[in-house]
Order: sequence, then C-alpha cells, then structure tokens
Amino acid sequence: MNNCEYQQIEPLSLPTPRPAAVEEEEEKARRKWEVFPGKNRFYCDGRFILAQQSGVLPLTLGLILVTTVLFFVFDCPFLVKHLTVFIPAIGGVLFVFAVISLLQTSFTDPGILPRATPDEAAYIEKQIDNSGSSTYRHPPRTKEVVINQQVVKLKYCFTCKMFRPPRTSHCSLCDNCVERFDHHCPWVGNCVGKRNYRFFYTFIVSLSFLTAFIFGCVATHLALRAQGGRGLIFALQESPLVICFLSVWSILGLSGFHTYLVASNLTTNEDIKGSWSGKSEAEDTGNPYSYNNILTNCCSVLCGPMPPSLIDRRGFVPVEQSSQTVSMEMVLPMPAAKEIKVVVGPTPSQLPPSRALQVPSSPLPATPLSLTGRPQFSCLF
Amino acid sequence: MATEFHNLQELRQSPSLATKVFIQRDYSEGTVCRFQIKFPSELGSRIERTLFEDTVKTLNTYYAEAEKVGGQSYMEGCLACATAYFIFLCMETRYEKVLKKISGYIQEQNEKIYAPRGLLLTDPVERGMRVVSFLSNTLIYCHGRSSYQKLAI
Repeated sequence: MNNCEYQQIEPLSLPTPRPAAVEEEEEKARRKWEVFPGKNRFYCDGRFILAQQSGVLPLTLGLILVTTVLFFVFDCPFLVKHLTVFIPAIGGVLFVFAVISLLQTSFTDPGILPRATPDEAAYIEKQIDNSGSSTYRHPPRTKEVVINQQVVKLKYCFTCKMFRPPRTSHCSLCDNCVERFDHHCPWVGNCVGKRNYRFFYTFIVSLSFLTAFIFGCVATHLALRAQGGRGLIFALQESPLVICFLSVWSILGLSGFHTYLVASNLTTNEDIKGSWSGKSEAEDTGNPYSYNNILTNCCSVLCGPMPPSLIDRRGFVPVEQSSQTVSMEMVLPMPAAKEIKVVVGPTPSQLPPSRALQVPSSPLPATPLSLTGRPQFSCLF
Repeated sequence: MATEFHNLQELRQSPSLATKVFIQRDYSEGTVCRFQIKFPSELGSRIERTLFEDTVKTLNTYYAEAEKVGGQSYMEGCLACATAYFIFLCMETRYEKVLKKISGYIQEQNEKIYAPRGLLLTDPVERGMRVVSFLSNTLIYCHGRSSYQKLAI
C-alpha cells in the first residue's frame, strides 16, 4: 500500500460531516423541485405539482362550485319538501367526489420521467454511434422493440436525452416526458398520465353524474312548480339548468369516450394517432398492451398498483463543494487528489451512489421517495 | 464498522477511468418493469455471469410482484376510490413496500457481492426506473449508523 496515496485521500479534500454541515448552513440546501428542469409549478414545498399554465382550472372549479351552490340554495329546499331528503345528500356526495378527484388530478405528478443523467445520455449516444452509421446524427433516432409479438418503435427524446419507454410521450406544454401519456388537459391544468389517470376518470364520471343529477333535479323542480316566473331571481334559479344542459352532453361524451379507452387499454394519444388501428387488416396489429378482456383492462387501468413518483420533488439537491464541471461519475487520475470533490452533477435527478450503500437509520418515508433530509454525498476520484 | 483496504496500486496503474455500465429495460412483455438479463461486455471478468443474472432476475421478480395486478391491488384500488383516495395519505401502497424491499436487497448485494469486486449497483428508482447502473473504480463513503465506513476499491 502506498501511504502517500492514503494521505492524499483522507485528510485534505475529502468531505467530512462538519464541513458539509457548515456548507449547508452557508448555502441553504435546496429541494429538487426548485431545480426541476420541466415547466411545472410546485406548491407547499414540492408536495403539489401543477403545469405551468394552469389553464382554466380556476374556471372549472368555479363553475362546479357555483352550479352546485345555486342548486343547493334554490332547488333543494323545494325538492326536500316535495320529494325526498336524500336529494341534497346525493348531490353533496357527488360534489365532494368531483372536487376531490379534480384536485387530485391537478396536483398529482402524472408520471413524469426524470431526465437522463449526463452519463446515461453519453452511454446511449455511444451505443447509437456504434450501431448506426458513423456519419452525422441527423436521422431521428428510433429503437425497435418487440412487445407481445408486435414491433413498437421507441423514439429518442432530445430534450430528456433518452429513449422514451413505450406509451411515453413528451408534453411540450410541461416540457416533460410522461409515462402512459394520455393528454394534457387544460380544464384540469395538468397532464393526464399513468399516475393520475384514475383520478381523472373518477373526476369525469362523478362530474357527469353530478351534472346529470343537477339537471334532472332542476328540471323536476321546474316541472313541479309549473310557474311562469320572470325576473332575475327566476333566471338565477334556472342557471344551474342551463349550465348543466350545456355541459352534460360534452361531459357525458367524454366519460363515454374514456370508458371505451379504459376498456380497450388505450390512451387518448394512441387513439388519436391511430397507433394500433391504422394499419392494414392483413397484419394482426392489435394493441399489444391490452389483455383482450374488458374487465381485466378496466381493473388494470383503474385498480392497478399505484406507482410512486419518480421525480423525488422533496429530496434535497446534493450539496456542491466545487464547480459543477466535475460530474458525479467522472473519475480523475489518482495523483490529482485535490480535484476530488463531492459529487454533484448539474442534473437534479441525480443521487449520489452512496445512497445505495447506506444503512438507513430511519425508515424511508411513505410518500414519494425522498431523501431523509440529510444530503448524502460520496466521493469519487 | 470494519474498514477494508484493497490494493490501490492496481487502480493507479489501470489507465481506465471509472466506468458506468447501464442495464436497460426489457420491454418485451410490455410496460412492466423488467431489466435485460443480457450480460454487458463492459463488465467483462469483473463479476461472474451467474451472479449478475441472479441479481437482475431477482430484481425483476420484485418488480413483477410490485406491479402485479391481482386481488390485493384491486382491494387497494377499490378502497382508495371509496375513500376518495385519502387512504394514500395514511397507508403505504404495496408498490412502495416492495420498493423498500428492493432497496434493502440492493444494499445487501452491494455489501456482499459487488463491493468486494469493485462495483456498485445503484437502485433503478434513482434513475427513473430506466436503468440499473453499475459503477466501478469508485471510492465511496457510506454513512453508517454511528461512524463512517470506508470502502476502498
């Protein structure tokens, strides 16, 4: 063993906890959501995520709220007296369901894939260069895989620097690759993807029931009253009817459409592009992801396991002790011990490899995986 | 914690820098999380093929268990729907439980098999479930329970 080498490694530039702690106090440790590369907005210190353009989410909420409140104020007293007391109860339950599922759709991570680390990107580039032509890299990069005896093309995402997994698409509004990308919904202010599709479906179904219910109740009210009535109060009383009448068709239509998608295990994106139906009849080009059984498809889409968020919003960005030019995975030759620095790459999704070797002193948190709050670091040379 | 030292002369003489080897996902069965079992040539003779394959196969089994669509996941899904998904605030999902098991397994594999061979396996969840990566030729500090444990490779 060469003692001199150990001296170079041990005392000098290797991080010890105290300097790291001091560093932390000097520059406050930032959470990963603060350095997230996509165009998203975060609330409550990274707990909630929303698209940058929240679209018409406030309008959606407002419409639902106003319609329901008007219904409760003007129609319920009459209907309770003349029909049954369950009417406001049912209305209340549907309203609560609709609003909660709307908020969950809006504020849940739809299944964003973190961008590739520089090393991954370099590794993939190397593989493409090796396998493809050695000239320019201009041709769009695709990779073919066979899924359930069907050839599927995986596209290379130039923004995220990786081959997109099947069913993943890059949302240009949010600037993220989203797994099982369905569509970007402006009403909800977020993408609809793998992790929040079930919330979205619950939302549109409960909303269709709610609008149909309110429509029915208000129509009944009108019919039972059989009065002419003019004036502002009358107009106000009947506005839920009008709003519901206008929206019930589109919402019911949307629910029907999504029920069809769920039953055939398709996404809106695939349906619109005609990925699995546009080819000739001769080939068997069915959807390779479908279980060919409506019930199984429904259950797997809506009741399947809930994958955790991969972007680790609330984890801490590893503390930097040097310039960012030394990325985590680079190794410097032995004599240059002074350049040994604590890991950090510029990309937010990196975590130091030492995490894999840690003996966790506290259980991992139940909610989306994040570091326990102590920035971990490792040293590579 | 024991401190192990290996012969760093070997490292010094080797001109190769630290390499990262990435094991990509295997999409032949759809979008379920599986990793390719094909032995990467970059690992060469660093690790025995059978050990490597065992590790990846076990990981694949764990992920298949996490993503299994069966009785328990239906129960969880229906219960979650009935409680307007508030149950996720109180309860850890099965997926998260399995991910913890995977994390423990990877740590154990690193300690027993990979670290003595100069490799480090990273948890795929840290890479967006895209790759399993092996690092080699690294000096790592591990924050143990009470003190630092240094593994020099």
